[in-house]
Amino acid sequence: MSWIDIGHIDELPLRGARLVKTHIGCIAVFRTAETEVFAATNSCPHKGGPLSEGIVHGQSVTCPLHNWVFDLNTGEAQGADDGRIITYPVRLEDGRILLDDSAITRRSAA
Amino acid sequence: MKQRLVVIGAGMASGRVLEHLTDAAPGAFDITLFNVEPRGNYNRIMLSPVLSGEKTYEEIVTHDDAWYAERGIACRFGERVSKIDREMKVVEGANGHVPYDKLVIATGSNPFIIPLPGHDLDGVIAYRDLEDTQQMMDMGPGNKVVVIGGGLLGLEAAAGMAAHGVDVTVVHIMGHLMERQLDEAAGYLLKKSLEDKGIKICLQANSKEILGQDGKVRALLLDDGTELPCDLLVMAVGIRPNTALAQDAGLATGRGIHVDDQMLTSDPDVYAVGECVEHDGEIFGLVAPLYDQAKVAAQSLMEEEAAFAQKTLSTKLKVTGCDLFSAGDFADGPGREDIVFRDPSRGVYKRLVIEEDRLVGAVMYGDTADGSWFFGLIKDGTNIDEMRETLIFGPAYQGGDTADPLSAVAALPPEAEICGCNGVCKGDIVEAINAGAGDLGAVRASTKASASCGTCTGLVEQVLQVTLGDDFQMPTAQPICGCTDLTHEDVRRLIKGQELKSQAAVWQELGWKTPNGCHVCRPAINYYLLADWPLEYQDDPQSRFVNERKHANIQKDGTFSVVPRMWGGITTPEELRAIADAADKYNVPTVKVTGGQRIDLLGVKGEDLPSIWADLNQAGLVSGHAYSKGLRTVKTCVGTDHCRFGTQDSTGLGIKLEKFLWGSWTPHKLKLAVSGCPRNCAEATCKDIGVVCVDSGYQISIGGAAGMDVKETELLCQVPTEDEAIEVVMAVTQAYREGGKYLDRLYKWLGKVGMDWVKAQVVEDRENRAALVARFELSQSIYRKDPWAEHVKEKAQTYAPIADFTLEAAE
Repeated sequence: MSWIDIGHIDELPLRGARLVKTHIGCIAVFRTAETEVFAATNSCPHKGGPLSEGIVHGQSVTCPLHNWVFDLNTGEAQGADDGRIITYPVRLEDGRILLDDSAITRRSAA
Repeated sequence: MKQRLVVIGAGMASGRVLEHLTDAAPGAFDITLFNVEPRGNYNRIMLSPVLSGEKTYEEIVTHDDAWYAERGIACRFGERVSKIDREMKVVEGANGHVPYDKLVIATGSNPFIIPLPGHDLDGVIAYRDLEDTQQMMDMGPGNKVVVIGGGLLGLEAAAGMAAHGVDVTVVHIMGHLMERQLDEAAGYLLKKSLEDKGIKICLQANSKEILGQDGKVRALLLDDGTELPCDLLVMAVGIRPNTALAQDAGLATGRGIHVDDQMLTSDPDVYAVGECVEHDGEIFGLVAPLYDQAKVAAQSLMEEEAAFAQKTLSTKLKVTGCDLFSAGDFADGPGREDIVFRDPSRGVYKRLVIEEDRLVGAVMYGDTADGSWFFGLIKDGTNIDEMRETLIFGPAYQGGDTADPLSAVAALPPEAEICGCNGVCKGDIVEAINAGAGDLGAVRASTKASASCGTCTGLVEQVLQVTLGDDFQMPTAQPICGCTDLTHEDVRRLIKGQELKSQAAVWQELGWKTPNGCHVCRPAINYYLLADWPLEYQDDPQSRFVNERKHANIQKDGTFSVVPRMWGGITTPEELRAIADAADKYNVPTVKVTGGQRIDLLGVKGEDLPSIWADLNQAGLVSGHAYSKGLRTVKTCVGTDHCRFGTQDSTGLGIKLEKFLWGSWTPHKLKLAVSGCPRNCAEATCKDIGVVCVDSGYQISIGGAAGMDVKETELLCQVPTEDEAIEVVMAVTQAYREGGKYLDRLYKWLGKVGMDWVKAQVVEDRENRAALVARFELSQSIYRKDPWAEHVKEKAQTYAPIADFTLEAAE
């Protein structure tokens, strides 16, 4: 596993997200708490809604198009909806956000 | 021959080294102790009690002159070491050289001084030593002090000075106090209790400049323009290991002086202990690990085997009268779960963080009695699966009944007011119930309680239940969402009644079940807070649906639509050219005229929003708020300017209304229209608020809609002048803002409160109308501005990706 520095935690709004653009699609990086980040595909499996624009609450995000809610730990849709988003390893070191390079070099089988 | 030991720095860590050495091997070393401060070792942790007056300096001295004399330690206090010559093995002091066989560096840390303009003014100090403490103790009633830094040290300084009657303001850059030790909820409780002690606290405050007069500090200027006058400014924003001497001597340093497990630096004869060291990537600020290091260093000097190991730490903190405890790692994280306990009435908050059936962190506020038990569980990695359900109640958990949610209502005295609109107290309601009123409708009919704005409906029902017991079937009120059992009405009432002014306050005081709400409740809470506390509460974009956060409407393909404001539907050739140019420049696929007399640019890429706004701003165009739960458009007809039937200047009034109302947030979208005559070309009678001009004045009607429901407005009143029409419209808007349930259009609110109540509030009671207008204007002093210009200026970069790997050339 190799880690790629994509920026500083302060560049992410608390309880918000920003995009990482890659050749194989967009990754959303979420900041759910002062020092907690998650990464997942930006696209909702329902109608492709941009998850980085959703409301972030607890460790979940709500898709802005039709309110599907995803647990960012597992990527599973919550409640009655059935679906899953791909999550990627991401961690914090001295305030720097490190994203696993698998996120930008290949799409994991899901 | 006796070995010569030189120690640089007489602080708590080196003091402990000397204790161990001289106890275990008295006379083994010839010891010289340097200290920059003109005194020996004192208990620096106890400076706060000295500041607050609970202790004197003499009481916190650890080693006095006699102690050093007994142990034959040569003290060179008040003398700065200028250099360590490792080749010659000599320490160069201001008053002469001292050779060493072994050297211990314990230079501690330096307070970090933010290099703001004016940081070198007289009266700008850190909080580190006795001199600083003395300066703070010299302050008294009549003095103003600003403390920068809402960490432990800053708050202790603030609390200590406040105890002397000093007017203290704490300025903190983060969103809550002590963010490294506490989470948001505990930080909120701490803030509240400090404010109760009279300390003012400014959060998310960026210091810009320290202002001075005649070389002395006068005030702190924040970047929002606020000026905080002060006689003394204390910077308590953190410490940095003091590595200068070691670095000059060529020792390996990083953030601190590198040491191994034996506290040995990169030189085999030089040790280092305390806040100046870096061990395994960590630096240290709490005393427990420093004492461990001191013991290891002493043993290493005596050539005994010893190794320093980092341990999980707990902090039990006492900021003058506030009970706090934090231990382990309490940050949220993947795979982690929280158990949260809140007792709003006692001001207690507890949070346990669990990972794989083990407790990994705990934060407590208000009741920290079980702290050490939790700390034990964390340290030992105890499997807590079996006690999980009762874990948060601590070791002494005895079981017991759950609290009765009705007890608060039951405890209210008869004269307690239940319905503020109609002045009905609990006794009146109980009397009516005893006289036969058996349900809400009957109570309303006989007492008028909850018959107006309706926010006390829940309370009236609870009084019914308390009075009738099982005979009353409580209607199941719809809670806002799964995060709470409270209804919108309950929450609105409690936010006002309990003066809850932040999200953290709502979560804590109203016992929210989730850490920070969800996409259903958080936007509502954000709206209620900003509507009720326009000055105190700061709008939180992250609690808004994407359209309001990005000030554009998201489309199904993830692009956005951009609608510039056209006041009253009037535009100019220049504006139209600017819109056309923008449409060309940003390849806007669809340009459409909206139903509200505006032009919509559809299909703009999210990243392009700040640039297209900047271009439109250049032409004087601002946001049309076509995305907001707020004022949308004021549609007009051409009125007396051109129309042969027009009775009044409907276009002019429309423009004025829009200029007064724009930027305001309302429970749901708010659409207005002004028609110049009863032919009603602007379709004013299906708007939330419509004005129809007649020869004798202005007919104002409210509660129309043309969406899923189609409603005709109901006449509110007719007024003779344009000024009065504007006043009535503003007052109605404010009444709706203050009472409406989030996502209820105006007609739904009207259905609940009734037209008679609205007439009484805004037409008949002139004084109340003026008060509503004043509150609306106060809120507008914050919100009547162009969010596009603001985002272009301050937030443009957040619209771009944080990283873009598609731009990199393939290798």
